[in-house]
Amino acid sequence: MELIIGHYNYWLVIIIMMAGFYTVISQGNLIKKIAGLNIFQVSVFMLYISIGNVKDGAAPIIEQGIELYSNPLPHVLILTAIVVGVATTALGLALVVRIKEAYGSIEEDDIHNQDHSL
Amino acid sequence: MIDSLLDITLLTLLVIQAFAIIYLRNLFVVIMMFGAFSLISAGLFVVMDAVDVAFTEAAVGAGISTVLMLATVALTYSRSEDMQEKLPAHKPWLPLAVVIITGGMLIYGTADIPAFGDPNAPAQQHVAPYYLEKSLPETGVPNVVTAVLASYRGFDTLGEVTVIFTAGIAVMLLIGGRRRQNKSQSGDDDEA
Amino acid sequence: MKHNLILRVVSKFLIPLIFLFALYVQFHGDFGPGGGFQAGVIFSAGIILYAIVFGTETAKQIIPPFVLRILASLGVLLYAGTGVASLLLGGEYLNYSVLGANQVAGQHLGILVIELGVGITVMSVMLIIFFAFAERGRPES
Repeated sequence: MELIIGHYNYWLVIIIMMAGFYTVISQGNLIKKIAGLNIFQVSVFMLYISIGNVKDGAAPIIEQGIELYSNPLPHVLILTAIVVGVATTALGLALVVRIKEAYGSIEEDDIHNQDHSL
Repeated sequence: MIDSLLDITLLTLLVIQAFAIIYLRNLFVVIMMFGAFSLISAGLFVVMDAVDVAFTEAAVGAGISTVLMLATVALTYSRSEDMQEKLPAHKPWLPLAVVIITGGMLIYGTADIPAFGDPNAPAQQHVAPYYLEKSLPETGVPNVVTAVLASYRGFDTLGEVTVIFTAGIAVMLLIGGRRRQNKSQSGDDDEA
Repeated sequence: MKHNLILRVVSKFLIPLIFLFALYVQFHGDFGPGGGFQAGVIFSAGIILYAIVFGTETAKQIIPPFVLRILASLGVLLYAGTGVASLLLGGEYLNYSVLGANQVAGQHLGILVIELGVGITVMSVMLIIFFAFAERGRPES
């Protein structure tokens, strides 16, 4: 019981992570793959922020009279990670547009068949 | 008590949305689900006391990413087709097996992590108290996250700005110009 | 979309408020949540809303693309230039303590300037990416 109360957060986050992972490796449409990659990234952020959370702590903005703060270091890491994530998504979507112009379709099976039939 | 209840509710909503994104086939609905997913995860970050992260995730995930995906769908699907994903050709047993094995190993690995919210966990012990005590006297900035991001770890932020600049240049190179007129419609100049 | 009356009226009312909020978030990043990155994204979201409702041609008259390219480079230059300025004033690279009269004033000034650089770059890059996606579909005139 102690294990469940202390860890349910991590288990649910891992379920979301696996859902994103499954979308990336099994769905055929390229835009859905990028959406799955984003879900995977957001779940990793949630894992990090859960590690830094302190029960009954406040947000890490120093004020008079507050003693217990949450850990500010994971917030800094995740801020940079979100920026890098949006750069990756924009680049991936630009590549999808070019693939559509070159192959005529954005389904993975169609692109595979066109590559192998040449 | 309220915190844990909010936590569980938001996480359950997120799990349901992640499964819906896998199951749905209409691309427009998938993108809207993705925007809602980002917004609810921003709410979850607020409940976990990460206000800067929640701000950034709401602005970037529910704003920029969703708009760019809609623009991509507008560029890749012509108006006459329906925005449906094709049915998969074969059953996905191998990806399912890989995902279940990886998830099982991860859940087994988290049994050693200290309990959620423990103030005596090793993660809160060594560097974090230094930043929490010293950042206001040394830099004069009450927001500890901004002080660490801009002053104590300023090199990483320089790298981050460079990454975003590089992404802008790369997108400009890939799709900056107008599209050349296709000589024929999609598909019939690829045959032998 | 400019034939839709509700969208036109409401967006003309909301867009100045969005810009004001972006400036607030930029300069109050020291005292509350916020900072350069969030402010840049919110500012570009205001202009993207204008471009969606009134057309990209009108939006390009507000901010021409060559200005966006100059602004993007200017932000990165501002950030790196602060580091070089502290190098020239005697400290190490990106050590803001030498920029002011005492350590606290120098750090505060340094943080303000680099957050401004980050905000400018992020705003211009988001707009560059959006205009690239929006203009790709139009055939060559």
